[in-house]
Amino acid sequence: MYDIKALYEATSVPDAIQLLLDHPDAIIIAGGSDVLIKMREGKLAGSTLVSIYGIDGMRGIHMEDDGTICIGSLTSFSHITKDPVIQKYFHVLGEAVDMVGGPQIRNIGTIGGNTCNGVTSADSASTLFAWDAVIELTGPDGVRRLPIQDFYISAGKVDLKPGEIQTSIRIPKASWEGYEGNYIKYAMRNAMDIATTGCSVNVKLSDDKSTIDDVRIAFGVAGPIPMRSPSAEAAAKGRNVSSETVEAFSQAVLEDVKPRTSWRATKEFREHIAVVLARRALTESIRLSGGEL
Amino acid sequence: MQEKQYKCVHCRINGKEVETVVDVRASLTDMLRNDYRLTSVKKGCEVGECGACNVLINGECFNSCIYLAVWAEGKDILTLEGLLGPNGELSDIQQAFVDETAVQCGFCTPGFIMTAYEILESGKEYTEDELRKLLSGHICRCTGYENILKAVKKTMLKRLGKEE
Repeated sequence: MYDIKALYEATSVPDAIQLLLDHPDAIIIAGGSDVLIKMREGKLAGSTLVSIYGIDGMRGIHMEDDGTICIGSLTSFSHITKDPVIQKYFHVLGEAVDMVGGPQIRNIGTIGGNTCNGVTSADSASTLFAWDAVIELTGPDGVRRLPIQDFYISAGKVDLKPGEIQTSIRIPKASWEGYEGNYIKYAMRNAMDIATTGCSVNVKLSDDKSTIDDVRIAFGVAGPIPMRSPSAEAAAKGRNVSSETVEAFSQAVLEDVKPRTSWRATKEFREHIAVVLARRALTESIRLSGGEL
Repeated sequence: MQEKQYKCVHCRINGKEVETVVDVRASLTDMLRNDYRLTSVKKGCEVGECGACNVLINGECFNSCIYLAVWAEGKDILTLEGLLGPNGELSDIQQAFVDETAVQCGFCTPGFIMTAYEILESGKEYTEDELRKLLSGHICRCTGYENILKAVKKTMLKRLGKEE
């Protein structure tokens, strides 16, 4: 038994919005692999829950006519990894979410929950930051969309207004076309662990594979929320594909990352692996794009 | 004091259509153990880390301790009890666990076997590294995992007609 004060099961998005307006103190539960654990710990004990898990319309992945990849917020990690659209156009996301927890967690955990928690260590978040994902929220005043960087406000806090739920995550065509990327999770164990630091990099090379036309990098656990590294991006964008560029890129991350010391690792260790992960992830992204170092 | 909230949940458990009224605060582990006496579903960590409560829901593995019982509405659930033959015969994967001494205290075994069942039902051949990853959602404090891995691998190869 869980210490739940009351449970309301939404049958549709409008129903969920109404339930949230009727019960302003309620907490949204999607897959529950964070909410129920916090409830067990006592942190959320006695809460009222609005379950959105039964809204099947919020599951699944499709590509829209304009080439936007649209991921329903309730899509489980394992279904993202297995999805043909993701495998073809955005495989790095499928690989990133395949590192969450263990197999059973990947069957219950949803990408919407992973992002709405607002935690910096979420395995999906750094990749979504690095690919300029757009968050779609539906609330009493209709639908609004905002860049994922604006969605995250502070540790554990995202821009969800009263009565709003996240309905999908969208990757516009301009954000994925021509890019190849790689995500590296650094953790102490291969399964059932939280990232010490995670790094997601993607590049778009020139047609002759000699120049980095664009590069994007984001980190998890390098600050209170997932973050991009503009200094690193500036150090490599427009430069030739070379080991000097890769080195300058990876050293530049130190200008942006602000990790702290926790029981998992020290600030100094996280800074060190941020540089190493940036180097490795960029090297792999260049390789996947057909470039040579 | 808040009034208790109940819900009637209809689902299919081990091939049988069933329904029962549950307290909405119940986990699926609570429902399967208390209402249906399916005690292969173990209460281990109860926070989704150890895999002892693992069951198949619509063909996929879930830790039933962090799955609300009310979500089982309309679902097809399979527990270890559902693997037995009509006269209580063990299934191939259960027998393999016995043959390979993949069982010691036995507490993690039902959960492991249900994950193994999902792996085997896929009909795919996995490498040893892939099998390790697929089995990584379970904790066993006795065996050291090697014999469990062997049991799953042998059964996989046997089903694929590739016995070593």
